[in-house]
Amino acid sequence: MPSEQPLHRALGLTDDELDAIRTTLGRDPNPNELAMYAVMWSEHCSYKSSKIYLRTLPTEGRHVLVGPGQDAGAIDIGDGLAVVFKMESHSHPSAIEPYQGAATGIGGIVRDIVAMGARPIASLDPLMFGPLTEERNRWLFAGVVAGIGGYGNCIGVPTLGGEVHFAEPHSTNPAINVMCVGIAPSDRLVTAARAVHEGSLMVLIGAATGRDGIGGVSVLASHTIEEDAAETRPSVQIGDPFAEKLLIEACLELVERDLLEGLQDLGGAGLTCATSESTARSGMGSEIELDAVPLRAPDLEIWEILTSESQERMLAIVHPDRLNDVLEVCDRWGLASSVIGKLVAGSGLTVRKGGEIVAQVPARSLADEGPIYERPVARPGGLEEVERDDPTFSTVKALPLDSFLAVLASPNVASKRWVWEQYDSLVQGGTVAGPGADAAIIRVEGGLKALALSTDGKGRFGHLDPYLGAAHAVAEAARNVAVMGATPLAITNCMNFGNPERPEVMWQFAESIRGMADACRALETPVTGGNVSFYNESGGSGIWPTAVIGMLGLIEDHRLLVRPGFARPGLVVYLLGETFPELGGSEFAEVVLGKVAGRVPALDLEREASLHRVLIEGSRRDLFASAHDCSDGGLAVALAESAFAGDTGFAVSLPGDVPWYVTLFAESASRAVVSTTTDAAPALESLAEEHHVPLFPLGETGGPRMVFDALFEATVEEARAIYEGAIPKLLAG
Amino acid sequence: MRRRPRVGVVTFPGSLDDGDALRAVTSMGGEGVPLWHAHRDLRGVDAVILPGGFSYGDYLRTGAIARFAPIMEEVSTFAEAGGPVVGICNGFQILCEAGLLPGALIRNRQLRFVCRFVEVRVETSLSPLTEGLVPGEVLTVPAKHGEGQFVASAEDLDRIEGEGLVVFRYCAPDGAVDDEHNLNGSLHSIAGVRSQAGNVVGLMPHPEHAVDPDVGPTGGQPMLASLLSYALARV
Repeated sequence: MPSEQPLHRALGLTDDELDAIRTTLGRDPNPNELAMYAVMWSEHCSYKSSKIYLRTLPTEGRHVLVGPGQDAGAIDIGDGLAVVFKMESHSHPSAIEPYQGAATGIGGIVRDIVAMGARPIASLDPLMFGPLTEERNRWLFAGVVAGIGGYGNCIGVPTLGGEVHFAEPHSTNPAINVMCVGIAPSDRLVTAARAVHEGSLMVLIGAATGRDGIGGVSVLASHTIEEDAAETRPSVQIGDPFAEKLLIEACLELVERDLLEGLQDLGGAGLTCATSESTARSGMGSEIELDAVPLRAPDLEIWEILTSESQERMLAIVHPDRLNDVLEVCDRWGLASSVIGKLVAGSGLTVRKGGEIVAQVPARSLADEGPIYERPVARPGGLEEVERDDPTFSTVKALPLDSFLAVLASPNVASKRWVWEQYDSLVQGGTVAGPGADAAIIRVEGGLKALALSTDGKGRFGHLDPYLGAAHAVAEAARNVAVMGATPLAITNCMNFGNPERPEVMWQFAESIRGMADACRALETPVTGGNVSFYNESGGSGIWPTAVIGMLGLIEDHRLLVRPGFARPGLVVYLLGETFPELGGSEFAEVVLGKVAGRVPALDLEREASLHRVLIEGSRRDLFASAHDCSDGGLAVALAESAFAGDTGFAVSLPGDVPWYVTLFAESASRAVVSTTTDAAPALESLAEEHHVPLFPLGETGGPRMVFDALFEATVEEARAIYEGAIPKLLAG
Repeated sequence: MRRRPRVGVVTFPGSLDDGDALRAVTSMGGEGVPLWHAHRDLRGVDAVILPGGFSYGDYLRTGAIARFAPIMEEVSTFAEAGGPVVGICNGFQILCEAGLLPGALIRNRQLRFVCRFVEVRVETSLSPLTEGLVPGEVLTVPAKHGEGQFVASAEDLDRIEGEGLVVFRYCAPDGAVDDEHNLNGSLHSIAGVRSQAGNVVGLMPHPEHAVDPDVGPTGGQPMLASLLSYALARV
């Protein structure tokens, strides 16, 4: 820690924040207390820049059991079951140490789900990197994927994909998000509403506390990444997935046997966060004995014990009568456990070491009463010119076939098999549709219901128009779920942005929240929680503002789910929805025209909702032979992916009065490519008409070739080789 | 009525596919019996499965610590008496470490974890997983591992091949064994082997993840059906 500046600034607190602490305590804080406030009032933990915006999100709905503010949100899926889900980022640690950064990101989000009393049943990883043409980006990409696999595969939770995007602004700042989904009987959820008692014990379960991850939330996650970033590597935590697996099993057994009054994970801000939040929620005070905390190194300083982010630890609130049972369960799973404190009357958090009080603060002042900022907001200059430079009106010299193959080979569009084959997507035995489909489908044990999960972020759209970027992300995530026949129920999210102290970034954030809120209201998918990741920037230049949406959908009978592949010849192919002259922000514009500019496609949320109704109703009535979202790369890519997935070609006719590049590559919203039998076609046509969704017949499936009218054709096999080979080829350098 | 064969599935700390194995055994008509690593008790089962996962985190070497678990003494005694023992993935690694199966498993040739449905060709009917099957038959099952490359000394490999101990090989859908379909670089594309006596078998792919048509191909059904009838024959 540099000595030339005052301690509070070195810890990341401002002078005003120090004054606020003084006012709260009525005295100067001691260094331990200062360290506690520094982590709890960090941007990462306190949401001080985002809170006023997050309050505007729609959070209520008939399925919502638990909304934002707890470890994770919970949705009622009927039959007495709750689905618990949440998304987080681990971008900063991953930018410094990709394997451990990504690995511990998985560990953290999984413990959030376990803390709700739910068994983790799936995770998905939306990732954004710089271009793979640069060696450092290849190192980050390979390291992050290996870290996700290395940790996720070892804890028995299937990783069902996610998504991967590549863009230059992510070169120094990869965005590493992870969503975890769990399931529990609704009446067994461990929520803040549980009764706790004066004299109840705080039991720390799991790993010993070490010097890893000191200041992870304040040093790493709440500052931009600059050239000396490698020096902060000791702030990255080290994961032990084996310990996590034991922790999952032990905690779930404790919950199943109803031995706990409360349960909280230790992640960001470590023991300080877990004890202050548990205490604040209890409405009581607490006394913590640091001598009882098992340490990896005997010489840990007090403030280090209080803020260490050592992984694989949980804090349980236990009635004294149940203590022996709790300790026995931990012991059987080979986990250390120790009573480190208890709930007492009052509202203070008192920390002792060696019999002396080393910190004493109001618990709520740490957990709930952090600073709230209304930071200045300013629309960035130059957006109008970028919008006017719309590629829709560019002169296109490229040939149709070359354009098609170039878009297929773009790593944003190309197959992510190299990534998801490194993830165990099958463990737990419920994976009905794994990575590679529009949404992952996972069966709910004991019935026909299945969950549909999708994650979507639209960085390029967000860069051009953050409002529409976020709204499109919600729409696409919902569409990905609906296209397989599931009803979108609710979202979680991870907001990936630059430095909030810059008014332009704050404007992007405000616009994104507005877009997400509008879309969630229109599509009736409330926000149950999420995460804000600021300071994703270096040298004054931020990442593309990206709202990543994690959508939860429900399908009542998984046997009716619709898959994306053209399964056999002789099917009628339709475009459901309408294409407009909208090449702004498209993959085609970037890859073929070299342009990230223009007007982002319009989004009519009513049209979007109608499309979903047709998709869901059509699936219930078994009208679709296939259905696939039409978005990144446009119609051409949607058709090609349907052909690859079903190993069947097609021939389609294209309208003569629209430029081919608009028809094939515009990324207009609210569309899907579907196929059906000639017998079911009339019923589908009337269903679409009933919901006022345009349905354009395109052609027919069959043969080994993909025939785009008289424009061009390619064999399924050749095109697939390009699509599958693009990322491995780039990685080969 | 004949009783259902009881198949024990051992849970080590870090086992992951134990629940899946129990479910698969039950769905195939057997009785799944959970066994705990720390107990010296097989609960009178007719067959034992050592399931997939990362026992003890696989921190020293895959399977190297699990072989010293108290229950492994019982498993060895059971195997010596001719009892059917199946090791899947990490279970295969444990059986190799315990000396119950020949060879060893090292990091995949590509140095990456791989999760994929693969084809395997049955090489012998003389194992608890292939009793009712015909050599040459091709089954589709998933594999998911980072350390599944089968290796053995030249001498051991000769013996393994010479004595017909290879049970499964990775292959193309038509049964052809070639380098392209060798998932992890295993010697002679070996995906599974058996003991000399024939009652202990280990394989890297996961038959327990291939019994339910709702979640994918069903190449594991005939393997587990074989195990159940093998176990029943001993009752």
